[in-house]
Amino acid sequence: MINIEEQRAVLSKSGEEMLNLVHKQVQLAYEAFTSFDTDLAEEVILKEKRVNSLDIRIEKDADQFIALNCPVAIDLRFALALLKINYNLERIGDQAFDIANHTIDLNQKLVPELVERMQFNLMFETLESMFKDVITAYTEENLKVARKVFKKDKIINKINEKAFDIVAEDAVKNPELIRQYLMALVVMKKFEKVGDLLKNISESIIYFIDAEILKHKKKK
Amino acid sequence: MTEIMTEKTEDLKIEAPIVEKYKLQTRDVNVYYGDFQAIKDVSMNIKPRSITAFIGPSGCGKSTFLRLFNRMNDYIEDFKMEGKIKIDDNNIYKNKIQLEQLRKDVGMVFQKPNPFPKSIFENVAYGLKIQGIKDKKLIADRVEKALVQADLWNEVKDNLNKSALTLSGGQQQRLCIARTLAVEPSIILMDEPTSALDPISTAKIEELIHHLKKDYTIIIVTHNMQQASRISDYTAFFYMGELIEFDKTKKIFTNPEKKRTENYITGRFG
Repeated sequence: MINIEEQRAVLSKSGEEMLNLVHKQVQLAYEAFTSFDTDLAEEVILKEKRVNSLDIRIEKDADQFIALNCPVAIDLRFALALLKINYNLERIGDQAFDIANHTIDLNQKLVPELVERMQFNLMFETLESMFKDVITAYTEENLKVARKVFKKDKIINKINEKAFDIVAEDAVKNPELIRQYLMALVVMKKFEKVGDLLKNISESIIYFIDAEILKHKKKK
Repeated sequence: MTEIMTEKTEDLKIEAPIVEKYKLQTRDVNVYYGDFQAIKDVSMNIKPRSITAFIGPSGCGKSTFLRLFNRMNDYIEDFKMEGKIKIDDNNIYKNKIQLEQLRKDVGMVFQKPNPFPKSIFENVAYGLKIQGIKDKKLIADRVEKALVQADLWNEVKDNLNKSALTLSGGQQQRLCIARTLAVEPSIILMDEPTSALDPISTAKIEELIHHLKKDYTIIIVTHNMQQASRISDYTAFFYMGELIEFDKTKKIFTNPEKKRTENYITGRFG
C-alpha cells in the first residue's frame, strides 16, 4: 500500500470512530431523556469533551493530509467529504449534549402518554436506522445504502411537524404539564436536527464515492 | 476562456467531425519506430488560445505525440506516421508543406534551457535573421516585444549585449521562450519546460504561460501533476501509446471517467 492510501485508511478509521462515538451519545441522550436517568445525562455531558477533541484531531489530520499530499480526484473528495462529515457529526454531538442538559433542567420524568403521543419511539427507531445506514454507507462505500437515508429523514420531519399540533391540542387540556410539553417539543426539535445532519452526512458520502453534489438539490 | 471552459466536453471527443473552430486536430494517428508502435490511433481536437497538458508515465508517447506537431520526429530513423494532423485546417504531413514555415508557426521550448552562446539580443533576433529580415529597427522592436512578453525585459534591458549564458536557469528558459515568441508563432509546444528549474523560476514560467494563453495555443508535456492541474484548461492522459482520457482539466483532476486515469493522477501507478 502506498503512503497516501495508508494515510487515508487511518483518517477513515478516525471518521468511523467519531461516527460510533456520536451514535452512542445520541442513544444515551434518548435513554436519559425518556427514562429521566440523570446519571446517563451526566455521562453524555462528560463524553462531549471526547467528541470535541476527536473533532479537532480529525480536522487537523485532514488539513495535514491535504497540505502534505495535495490529493486529487477520489483522494481529494475523500478529504473534503471527511471534513464535512466530521463537522456534521460534531453538531450531532452538540444535540445530544443539549438533550442531556434539558433532561437535567426538566428534573422530572415525562408522562408516558406524552412520549407515546408524540411518537418519540418511532423517531428514535428511525434515527437508529439512519445511523445504521450511514455507518454501512461510510465503511463499505455503499451508494445505495447512503441514498436510503433521505427517505427516512422525511419520516422524522413528519413526526416533528405532528408533534407541534399534538402539544397545541393537549397543553390546553393539561395546563399543569405545560413545562413538560414545551421541553418535549424542544427535545423533539433536537432529534429532528440529528436527522437533518445525518442526511448531510449521507450527501457527503455520496459526493466522496460518486462526485455527485446533492446539496440544495430538490427532487423533481 | 469562459467560453472555452463552458463548452460541452463532447466537442473534444474524437467522434467530432473536423471543423475549423479547432486550432489543431489529429485523426487516427499512429506512430511507429521500426516495429515498435509508439502512438496508437490517437484522435484529438485542440482549441485555439487554450493550454493543453499531456500527462502520462515515462515512455507513454506524450513527447512523441507533441513532436508530431512541428515534425520534429521526421529526423528519427525508422519513424513512420499514419493518420492526419491539421493545423488551421492544413494537413501538416502533406509532402509539399514548407517545414520552415511550419516551425515558424509552431514554436518549441525544451526541457533544458538551450540558449545559443551569443548575446541576449542575438539569441532573440536569431530566428528573425534566419527568416531574412534585415531591418534593424524592426528586429530591435520584435526583440523588445518578445522579451516583454516573456517577462524578461526588465531584468535584461540594460545588458542586451551580455552573453545569454550568464543568465540564471530560469532566465535562460524565459529567454528561450522569448526566442520562440520573436518569430510570432501561433502554437507553442513545451516539453517539460520547468523540470530543470527551481520552484520560483517554475512559478514565473507558469505565470508566463498563463499570460501567453490569450494570444497562443499552448501544448505542454509535464510530469508534474500539480503543474498540469494549475495551468492547463485541458488534460490528455496517455498510457502505452494510447490516449486514455482527454477532457477539461477540472474534470480530470476531480472526477476522471477512467479508472486508469484516476490511478495515475493519484499516484497509484506510473
